[in-house]
Amino acid sequence: MSLAERLRPTTPTRRWVGVGAAALGWLALYEVNLPLWNWVVYDLAGLSPASRLGSGVQFFFYDSIKIALLLIGIIFLVTVLRSFMSVERTRALLGGKREGVGNVMAAGLGVITPFCSCSAVPAFIGFVAAGVPLGVTLSFLIASPLVNEVAIGLLFAMFGIGPTLLYVGAGLVIAVVAGFILGRLKLERWVEPFVFETRLGGQVIDPSAGLTWDDRIQMGVEEVGLILRKIWPYLLVGIALGAVIHGWAPADFFTRYAGAGNPFAVLIAVLIGIPLYSNAAGIMPLVLALHDKGLPMGTLLAFMMAVVALSLPELILLRRVLKPPLIATFVAVTGAGIVAVGYLFNAVIPV
Amino acid sequence: MIIKILGSGCTNCVNLERVTRQAVADLGIDAQFEKVTDYPAIIGYDVMSTPGLVVDEKVVLSGRVPTVAKVRDLLESLTSIST
Repeated sequence: MSLAERLRPTTPTRRWVGVGAAALGWLALYEVNLPLWNWVVYDLAGLSPASRLGSGVQFFFYDSIKIALLLIGIIFLVTVLRSFMSVERTRALLGGKREGVGNVMAAGLGVITPFCSCSAVPAFIGFVAAGVPLGVTLSFLIASPLVNEVAIGLLFAMFGIGPTLLYVGAGLVIAVVAGFILGRLKLERWVEPFVFETRLGGQVIDPSAGLTWDDRIQMGVEEVGLILRKIWPYLLVGIALGAVIHGWAPADFFTRYAGAGNPFAVLIAVLIGIPLYSNAAGIMPLVLALHDKGLPMGTLLAFMMAVVALSLPELILLRRVLKPPLIATFVAVTGAGIVAVGYLFNAVIPV
Repeated sequence: MIIKILGSGCTNCVNLERVTRQAVADLGIDAQFEKVTDYPAIIGYDVMSTPGLVVDEKVVLSGRVPTVAKVRDLLESLTSIST
Protein backbone atom coordinates (compact mmCIF):
# COMPACT_ATOMS: atom_id res chain seq x y z
CA MET A 1 0.00 0.00 0.00
CA SER A 2 1.39 3.40 -0.88
CA LEU A 3 1.57 6.15 1.69
CA ALA A 4 -1.36 7.90 0.09
CA GLU A 5 -3.48 4.73 0.32
CA ARG A 6 -2.52 4.21 3.94
CA LEU A 7 -3.55 7.74 4.85
CA ARG A 8 -7.03 7.44 3.39
CA PRO A 9 -9.54 8.74 5.96
CA THR A 10 -12.47 6.57 6.97
CA THR A 11 -15.03 9.26 7.69
CA PRO A 12 -15.79 12.69 6.19
CA THR A 13 -14.91 14.39 9.47
CA ARG A 14 -11.49 12.78 9.53
CA ARG A 15 -10.99 13.74 5.93
CA TRP A 16 -11.63 17.44 6.40
CA VAL A 17 -9.84 17.59 9.74
CA GLY A 18 -6.86 15.98 8.04
CA VAL A 19 -6.94 18.49 5.21
CA GLY A 20 -7.33 21.39 7.64
CA ALA A 21 -4.45 20.22 9.80
CA ALA A 22 -2.23 19.83 6.73
CA ALA A 23 -3.11 23.36 5.59
CA LEU A 24 -2.24 24.81 9.00
CA GLY A 25 1.03 22.89 9.10
CA TRP A 26 1.87 24.20 5.65
CA LEU A 27 1.21 27.81 6.68
CA ALA A 28 3.34 27.43 9.78
CA LEU A 29 6.27 26.06 7.79
CA TYR A 30 5.92 28.82 5.19
CA GLU A 31 5.98 31.60 7.79
CA VAL A 32 8.87 30.18 9.75
CA ASN A 33 11.05 29.54 6.69
CA LEU A 34 12.67 32.96 6.28
CA PRO A 35 13.41 33.66 9.97
CA LEU A 36 14.75 30.12 10.30
CA TRP A 37 17.34 30.41 7.56
CA ASN A 38 18.28 33.96 8.48
CA TRP A 39 19.04 32.64 11.96
CA VAL A 40 20.90 29.53 10.76
CA VAL A 41 23.04 31.23 8.11
CA TYR A 42 23.67 34.62 9.70
CA ASP A 43 23.55 33.91 13.44
CA LEU A 44 24.53 30.26 13.81
CA ALA A 45 27.04 29.99 10.98
CA GLY A 46 28.10 33.60 11.29
CA LEU A 47 28.00 34.48 7.62
CA SER A 48 27.40 38.10 6.74
CA PRO A 49 24.29 39.10 4.81
CA ALA A 50 26.39 41.63 2.94
CA SER A 51 28.83 38.98 1.77
CA ARG A 52 28.33 37.03 -1.44
CA LEU A 53 28.70 33.69 0.28
CA GLY A 54 26.27 34.64 3.01
CA SER A 55 23.53 35.93 0.78
CA GLY A 56 24.05 33.14 -1.76
CA VAL A 57 23.80 30.37 0.84
CA GLN A 58 20.79 31.93 2.53
CA PHE A 59 19.05 32.31 -0.84
CA PHE A 60 19.72 28.66 -1.67
CA PHE A 61 18.19 27.19 1.48
CA TYR A 62 15.39 29.71 1.92
CA ASP A 63 14.34 29.45 -1.69
CA SER A 64 14.54 25.66 -1.86
CA ILE A 65 12.15 25.29 1.05
CA LYS A 66 9.89 28.12 -0.09
CA ILE A 67 9.57 26.73 -3.60
CA ALA A 68 9.08 23.19 -2.33
CA LEU A 69 6.26 24.38 -0.06
CA LEU A 70 4.66 26.41 -2.85
CA LEU A 71 4.84 23.49 -5.21
CA ILE A 72 3.24 21.16 -2.69
CA GLY A 73 0.38 23.57 -2.13
CA ILE A 74 -0.19 24.42 -5.78
CA ILE A 75 0.14 20.91 -7.16
CA PHE A 76 -2.26 19.54 -4.56
CA LEU A 77 -4.89 22.23 -5.14
CA VAL A 78 -4.63 22.15 -8.92
CA THR A 79 -4.81 18.35 -9.07
CA VAL A 80 -7.92 18.28 -6.92
CA LEU A 81 -9.59 21.01 -8.98
CA ARG A 82 -8.60 19.42 -12.25
CA SER A 83 -9.99 16.07 -11.20
CA PHE A 84 -13.36 17.53 -12.18
CA MET A 85 -12.25 17.84 -15.80
CA SER A 86 -10.97 15.33 -18.29
CA VAL A 87 -9.71 15.16 -21.85
CA GLU A 88 -12.85 13.18 -22.76
CA ARG A 89 -15.11 15.97 -21.50
CA THR A 90 -13.03 18.56 -23.33
CA ARG A 91 -13.36 16.63 -26.55
CA ALA A 92 -17.12 16.41 -26.12
CA LEU A 93 -17.22 20.17 -25.62
CA LEU A 94 -15.01 20.90 -28.62
CA GLY A 95 -16.45 18.45 -31.12
CA GLY A 96 -17.99 20.25 -34.04
CA LYS A 97 -17.01 23.75 -32.92
CA ARG A 98 -15.68 25.80 -35.77
CA GLU A 99 -12.40 27.66 -35.77
CA GLY A 100 -12.36 30.97 -33.94
CA VAL A 101 -14.76 30.08 -31.16
CA GLY A 102 -13.24 26.61 -31.06
CA ASN A 103 -9.72 28.00 -30.69
CA VAL A 104 -10.75 30.16 -27.74
CA MET A 105 -12.55 27.29 -26.00
CA ALA A 106 -9.70 24.90 -26.72
CA ALA A 107 -7.14 27.27 -25.20
CA GLY A 108 -9.21 27.80 -22.07
CA LEU A 109 -9.88 24.09 -21.73
CA GLY A 110 -6.20 23.37 -22.33
CA VAL A 111 -5.37 25.27 -19.17
CA ILE A 112 -7.84 23.50 -16.89
CA THR A 113 -7.83 19.97 -18.28
CA PRO A 114 -5.44 17.52 -16.64
CA PHE A 115 -3.15 16.48 -19.40
CA CYS A 116 0.07 14.56 -19.43
CA SER A 117 2.47 15.10 -22.31
CA CYS A 118 2.67 11.34 -22.69
CA SER A 119 -0.97 11.43 -23.72
CA ALA A 120 -0.35 14.07 -26.39
CA VAL A 121 -0.53 11.54 -29.19
CA PRO A 122 -3.68 9.62 -28.23
CA ALA A 123 -5.35 12.91 -27.32
CA PHE A 124 -4.43 14.41 -30.69
CA ILE A 125 -5.74 11.39 -32.58
CA GLY A 126 -8.85 11.30 -30.41
CA PHE A 127 -9.65 14.95 -31.02
CA VAL A 128 -9.06 14.90 -34.78
CA ALA A 129 -10.87 11.60 -35.28
CA ALA A 130 -13.85 13.02 -33.39
CA GLY A 131 -14.09 15.96 -35.75
CA VAL A 132 -12.30 18.67 -33.79
CA PRO A 133 -10.55 20.89 -36.41
CA LEU A 134 -6.76 20.63 -36.59
CA GLY A 135 -6.18 24.25 -35.58
CA VAL A 136 -8.49 23.93 -32.57
CA THR A 137 -6.69 20.76 -31.46
CA LEU A 138 -3.37 22.59 -31.75
CA SER A 139 -4.70 25.48 -29.64
CA PHE A 140 -5.36 22.91 -26.94
CA LEU A 141 -1.92 21.36 -27.32
CA ILE A 142 -0.23 24.75 -27.10
CA ALA A 143 -2.22 26.11 -24.16
CA SER A 144 -1.84 23.03 -22.03
CA PRO A 145 1.92 23.17 -21.39
CA LEU A 146 2.21 26.92 -22.01
CA VAL A 147 -0.08 28.05 -19.23
CA ASN A 148 1.41 25.88 -16.56
CA GLU A 149 -0.21 25.82 -13.13
CA VAL A 150 3.10 25.50 -11.36
CA ALA A 151 4.36 28.59 -13.18
CA ILE A 152 1.19 30.48 -12.28
CA GLY A 153 1.52 29.71 -8.61
CA LEU A 154 5.21 30.51 -8.44
CA LEU A 155 4.83 33.73 -10.44
CA PHE A 156 2.03 34.82 -8.16
CA ALA A 157 4.05 34.08 -5.04
CA MET A 158 7.16 35.79 -6.30
CA PHE A 159 5.87 38.69 -8.35
CA GLY A 160 2.25 39.22 -7.42
CA ILE A 161 -0.99 39.22 -9.37
CA GLY A 162 0.13 41.55 -12.21
CA PRO A 163 2.75 39.38 -13.91
CA THR A 164 0.64 36.31 -13.22
CA LEU A 165 -2.37 37.69 -15.10
CA LEU A 166 -0.10 38.84 -17.90
CA TYR A 167 1.33 35.35 -18.17
CA VAL A 168 -2.06 33.63 -18.28
CA GLY A 169 -3.49 36.20 -20.69
CA ALA A 170 -0.49 36.04 -22.97
CA GLY A 171 -0.45 32.26 -22.94
CA LEU A 172 -4.12 32.06 -23.88
CA VAL A 173 -3.78 34.63 -26.66
CA ILE A 174 -0.74 32.85 -28.11
CA ALA A 175 -2.57 29.51 -28.02
CA VAL A 176 -5.68 30.94 -29.70
CA VAL A 177 -3.85 32.93 -32.40
CA ALA A 178 -1.22 30.29 -33.16
CA GLY A 179 -3.82 27.54 -33.35
CA PHE A 180 -6.04 29.69 -35.54
CA ILE A 181 -3.19 30.55 -37.92
CA LEU A 182 -2.08 26.93 -38.11
CA GLY A 183 -5.66 25.91 -38.84
CA ARG A 184 -6.01 28.49 -41.59
CA LEU A 185 -2.79 27.31 -43.23
CA LYS A 186 -4.63 24.06 -43.99
CA LEU A 187 -1.81 21.81 -42.92
CA GLU A 188 -3.83 18.61 -42.89
CA ARG A 189 -1.55 17.15 -45.55
CA TRP A 190 1.21 17.10 -42.94
CA VAL A 191 -0.70 15.00 -40.48
CA GLU A 192 0.04 11.28 -40.66
CA PRO A 193 -2.79 9.78 -42.76
CA PHE A 194 -3.73 7.06 -40.28
CA VAL A 195 -5.05 9.75 -37.92
CA PHE A 196 -7.87 10.64 -40.27
CA GLU A 197 -8.61 7.01 -40.97
CA THR A 198 -9.03 6.16 -37.30
CA ARG A 199 -12.45 4.94 -36.33
CA LEU A 200 -13.28 5.51 -32.69
CA GLY A 201 -14.23 2.51 -30.56
CA GLY A 202 -17.25 4.13 -29.01
CA GLN A 203 -16.93 3.08 -25.40
CA VAL A 204 -15.69 6.29 -23.84
CA ILE A 205 -14.68 6.17 -20.21
CA ASP A 206 -14.55 9.55 -18.50
CA PRO A 207 -11.87 9.50 -15.78
CA SER A 208 -13.45 12.48 -14.06
CA ALA A 209 -16.77 10.72 -13.47
CA GLY A 210 -17.50 8.83 -10.27
CA LEU A 211 -14.65 10.20 -8.18
CA THR A 212 -15.19 10.68 -4.46
CA TRP A 213 -13.56 13.44 -2.40
CA ASP A 214 -11.25 10.84 -0.91
CA ASP A 215 -10.24 9.84 -4.45
CA ARG A 216 -9.55 13.45 -5.38
CA ILE A 217 -7.52 14.16 -2.26
CA GLN A 218 -5.55 10.98 -2.74
CA MET A 219 -4.84 11.93 -6.35
CA GLY A 220 -3.61 15.31 -5.10
CA VAL A 221 -1.26 13.75 -2.59
CA GLU A 222 0.06 11.24 -5.11
CA GLU A 223 0.61 13.90 -7.74
CA VAL A 224 2.64 15.99 -5.29
CA GLY A 225 4.89 13.03 -4.60
CA LEU A 226 5.19 12.16 -8.27
CA ILE A 227 6.06 15.65 -9.46
CA LEU A 228 8.47 16.41 -6.63
CA ARG A 229 10.29 13.13 -7.20
CA LYS A 230 10.55 13.94 -10.88
CA ILE A 231 11.70 17.55 -10.72
CA TRP A 232 13.83 17.90 -7.60
CA PRO A 233 17.13 17.73 -9.54
CA TYR A 234 15.97 20.49 -11.89
CA LEU A 235 14.80 22.49 -8.93
CA LEU A 236 18.09 22.27 -7.08
CA VAL A 237 20.11 23.16 -10.17
CA GLY A 238 17.81 26.10 -10.87
CA ILE A 239 18.05 27.32 -7.29
CA ALA A 240 21.81 26.86 -7.20
CA LEU A 241 22.16 28.88 -10.40
CA GLY A 242 19.82 31.49 -8.96
CA ALA A 243 21.85 31.60 -5.76
CA VAL A 244 25.09 32.06 -7.69
CA ILE A 245 23.61 34.89 -9.70
CA HIS A 246 22.08 36.38 -6.59
CA GLY A 247 25.31 36.33 -4.67
CA TRP A 248 28.02 36.68 -7.27
CA ALA A 249 26.89 38.34 -10.47
CA PRO A 250 27.68 42.04 -10.58
CA ALA A 251 24.58 44.18 -10.40
CA ASP A 252 24.64 45.40 -13.98
CA PHE A 253 26.13 42.33 -15.67
CA PHE A 254 22.90 41.13 -17.20
CA THR A 255 21.31 44.46 -17.91
CA ARG A 256 24.34 45.40 -19.97
CA TYR A 257 23.77 42.44 -22.27
CA ALA A 258 20.12 41.53 -21.95
CA GLY A 259 18.50 44.52 -20.36
CA ALA A 260 15.99 46.94 -21.73
CA GLY A 261 18.65 48.54 -23.89
CA ASN A 262 19.24 45.48 -26.06
CA PRO A 263 16.61 45.18 -28.81
CA PHE A 264 17.49 41.53 -29.47
CA ALA A 265 17.17 40.46 -25.85
CA VAL A 266 13.70 38.90 -26.19
CA LEU A 267 14.59 37.09 -29.40
CA ILE A 268 17.76 35.66 -27.87
CA ALA A 269 15.96 34.69 -24.69
CA VAL A 270 13.32 32.77 -26.65
CA LEU A 271 15.85 31.09 -28.94
CA ILE A 272 17.76 29.90 -25.89
CA GLY A 273 14.57 28.86 -24.14
CA ILE A 274 13.02 26.70 -26.84
CA PRO A 275 15.54 23.84 -26.82
CA LEU A 276 15.94 23.96 -23.06
CA TYR A 277 14.07 21.24 -21.28
CA SER A 278 13.04 22.14 -17.82
CA ASN A 279 9.84 22.55 -15.97
CA ALA A 280 8.45 25.74 -14.55
CA ALA A 281 9.72 25.03 -11.05
CA GLY A 282 13.32 24.65 -12.13
CA ILE A 283 13.29 27.82 -14.21
CA MET A 284 11.58 30.05 -11.65
CA PRO A 285 14.50 30.59 -9.25
CA LEU A 286 16.60 31.59 -12.24
CA VAL A 287 13.90 34.02 -13.35
CA LEU A 288 13.69 35.51 -9.88
CA ALA A 289 17.43 36.03 -9.61
CA LEU A 290 17.65 37.54 -13.10
CA HIS A 291 14.78 39.88 -12.29
CA ASP A 292 16.60 41.01 -9.17
CA LYS A 293 19.52 41.82 -11.42
CA GLY A 294 17.39 44.09 -13.54
CA LEU A 295 16.20 42.02 -16.49
CA PRO A 296 12.84 43.28 -17.77
CA MET A 297 9.71 41.27 -16.99
CA GLY A 298 8.79 40.86 -20.66
CA THR A 299 12.10 39.22 -21.52
CA LEU A 300 11.87 36.94 -18.50
CA LEU A 301 8.29 35.86 -19.18
CA ALA A 302 9.17 35.16 -22.81
CA PHE A 303 12.13 33.07 -21.71
CA MET A 304 10.03 31.10 -19.25
CA MET A 305 7.26 30.49 -21.77
CA ALA A 306 9.73 29.35 -24.41
CA VAL A 307 11.19 26.83 -21.96
CA VAL A 308 7.90 25.31 -20.78
CA ALA A 309 5.74 25.56 -23.89
CA LEU A 310 7.87 23.57 -26.27
CA SER A 311 9.50 20.48 -24.89
CA LEU A 312 11.68 18.21 -26.96
CA PRO A 313 10.20 14.99 -25.53
CA GLU A 314 6.69 16.07 -26.44
CA LEU A 315 7.77 17.09 -29.94
CA ILE A 316 9.47 13.73 -30.43
CA LEU A 317 6.26 12.00 -29.37
CA LEU A 318 4.20 14.15 -31.70
CA ARG A 319 6.38 12.97 -34.60
CA ARG A 320 4.19 9.85 -34.58
CA VAL A 321 1.25 11.89 -35.79
CA LEU A 322 2.70 15.08 -37.24
CA LYS A 323 5.16 15.24 -40.11
CA PRO A 324 8.31 17.36 -39.63
CA PRO A 325 7.07 20.38 -41.66
CA LEU A 326 4.06 20.66 -39.38
CA ILE A 327 6.14 20.27 -36.25
CA ALA A 328 8.53 22.96 -37.53
CA THR A 329 5.63 25.31 -38.34
CA PHE A 330 4.13 24.58 -34.94
CA VAL A 331 7.37 25.51 -33.18
CA ALA A 332 7.90 28.58 -35.37
CA VAL A 333 4.41 30.02 -34.93
CA THR A 334 4.35 29.40 -31.18
CA GLY A 335 7.88 30.78 -30.81
CA ALA A 336 6.96 33.88 -32.81
CA GLY A 337 3.95 34.42 -30.59
CA ILE A 338 6.10 34.22 -27.48
CA VAL A 339 8.64 36.68 -28.94
CA ALA A 340 5.84 39.12 -29.82
CA VAL A 341 4.46 38.89 -26.31
CA GLY A 342 7.93 39.49 -24.85
CA TYR A 343 8.42 42.69 -26.83
CA LEU A 344 4.91 43.85 -26.08
CA PHE A 345 5.34 43.42 -22.35
CA ASN A 346 8.72 45.13 -22.39
CA ALA A 347 7.09 48.06 -24.11
CA VAL A 348 4.22 48.41 -21.66
CA ILE A 349 5.71 47.36 -18.33
CA PRO A 350 8.00 49.82 -16.59
CA VAL A 351 11.24 48.09 -15.58
CA MET B 1 -9.33 -13.10 -18.33
CA ILE B 2 -7.20 -11.13 -20.74
CA ILE B 3 -5.91 -7.87 -19.31
CA LYS B 4 -4.38 -5.25 -21.54
CA ILE B 5 -2.40 -2.25 -20.33
CA LEU B 6 -2.63 0.65 -22.77
CA GLY B 7 0.24 3.09 -22.82
CA SER B 8 3.60 3.81 -24.35
CA GLY B 9 5.88 3.13 -21.43
CA CYS B 10 5.67 6.17 -19.20
CA THR B 11 5.78 5.57 -15.46
CA ASN B 12 1.99 5.68 -15.14
CA CYS B 13 1.62 2.65 -17.39
CA VAL B 14 4.25 0.76 -15.44
CA ASN B 15 2.47 1.59 -12.18
CA LEU B 16 -0.91 0.59 -13.56
CA GLU B 17 0.46 -2.82 -14.51
CA ARG B 18 2.02 -3.24 -11.08
CA VAL B 19 -1.21 -2.30 -9.30
CA THR B 20 -3.29 -4.55 -11.56
CA ARG B 21 -0.98 -7.52 -11.10
CA GLN B 22 -1.27 -7.05 -7.35
CA ALA B 23 -5.06 -6.95 -7.52
CA VAL B 24 -5.12 -10.05 -9.72
CA ALA B 25 -2.84 -11.88 -7.28
CA ASP B 26 -5.00 -10.82 -4.32
CA LEU B 27 -8.13 -12.17 -5.99
CA GLY B 28 -6.47 -15.32 -7.23
CA ILE B 29 -7.71 -14.74 -10.78
CA ASP B 30 -6.04 -16.45 -13.68
CA ALA B 31 -5.21 -13.58 -16.02
CA GLN B 32 -3.01 -13.00 -19.04
CA PHE B 33 -1.33 -9.62 -19.35
CA GLU B 34 -0.61 -7.76 -22.56
CA LYS B 35 0.98 -4.35 -23.11
CA VAL B 36 -0.39 -2.24 -25.93
CA THR B 37 2.01 0.51 -26.97
CA ASP B 38 0.94 1.11 -30.55
CA TYR B 39 -1.02 4.37 -30.77
CA PRO B 40 -3.53 3.37 -33.46
CA ALA B 41 -4.37 0.32 -31.33
CA ILE B 42 -4.76 2.45 -28.19
CA ILE B 43 -7.07 4.90 -29.90
CA GLY B 44 -9.02 1.94 -31.25
CA TYR B 45 -10.25 1.51 -27.69
CA ASP B 46 -11.06 5.25 -27.66
CA VAL B 47 -8.62 5.85 -24.85
CA MET B 48 -7.21 9.36 -24.98
CA SER B 49 -5.43 9.62 -21.67
CA THR B 50 -2.97 6.88 -20.99
CA PRO B 51 -2.65 4.66 -19.06
CA GLY B 52 -5.66 2.57 -19.92
CA LEU B 53 -6.91 -0.70 -18.49
CA VAL B 54 -8.77 -3.09 -20.78
CA VAL B 55 -10.26 -6.35 -19.45
CA ASP B 56 -11.57 -8.89 -21.94
CA GLU B 57 -11.77 -6.17 -24.61
CA LYS B 58 -13.74 -3.79 -22.40
CA VAL B 59 -12.18 -0.49 -21.30
CA VAL B 60 -12.61 -0.23 -17.54
CA LEU B 61 -10.36 2.67 -16.66
CA SER B 62 -8.23 5.37 -18.21
CA GLY B 63 -6.26 8.47 -17.34
CA ARG B 64 -4.87 7.65 -13.94
CA VAL B 65 -3.37 4.97 -11.74
CA PRO B 66 -5.99 3.75 -9.26
CA THR B 67 -5.49 2.06 -5.91
CA VAL B 68 -5.09 -1.70 -5.72
CA ALA B 69 -8.41 -1.76 -3.88
CA LYS B 70 -10.18 0.00 -6.72
CA VAL B 71 -8.81 -2.38 -9.32
CA ARG B 72 -9.87 -5.29 -7.10
CA ASP B 73 -13.42 -3.91 -6.94
CA LEU B 74 -13.48 -3.44 -10.70
CA LEU B 75 -12.24 -6.94 -11.39
CA GLU B 76 -14.60 -8.47 -8.86
CA SER B 77 -17.64 -6.81 -10.36
CA LEU B 78 -16.55 -8.02 -13.81
CA THR B 79 -16.08 -11.62 -12.76
CA SER B 80 -19.40 -11.73 -10.91
CA ILE B 81 -21.23 -10.45 -13.98
CA SER B 82 -19.75 -13.12 -16.23
CA THR B 83 -20.44 -16.05 -13.87
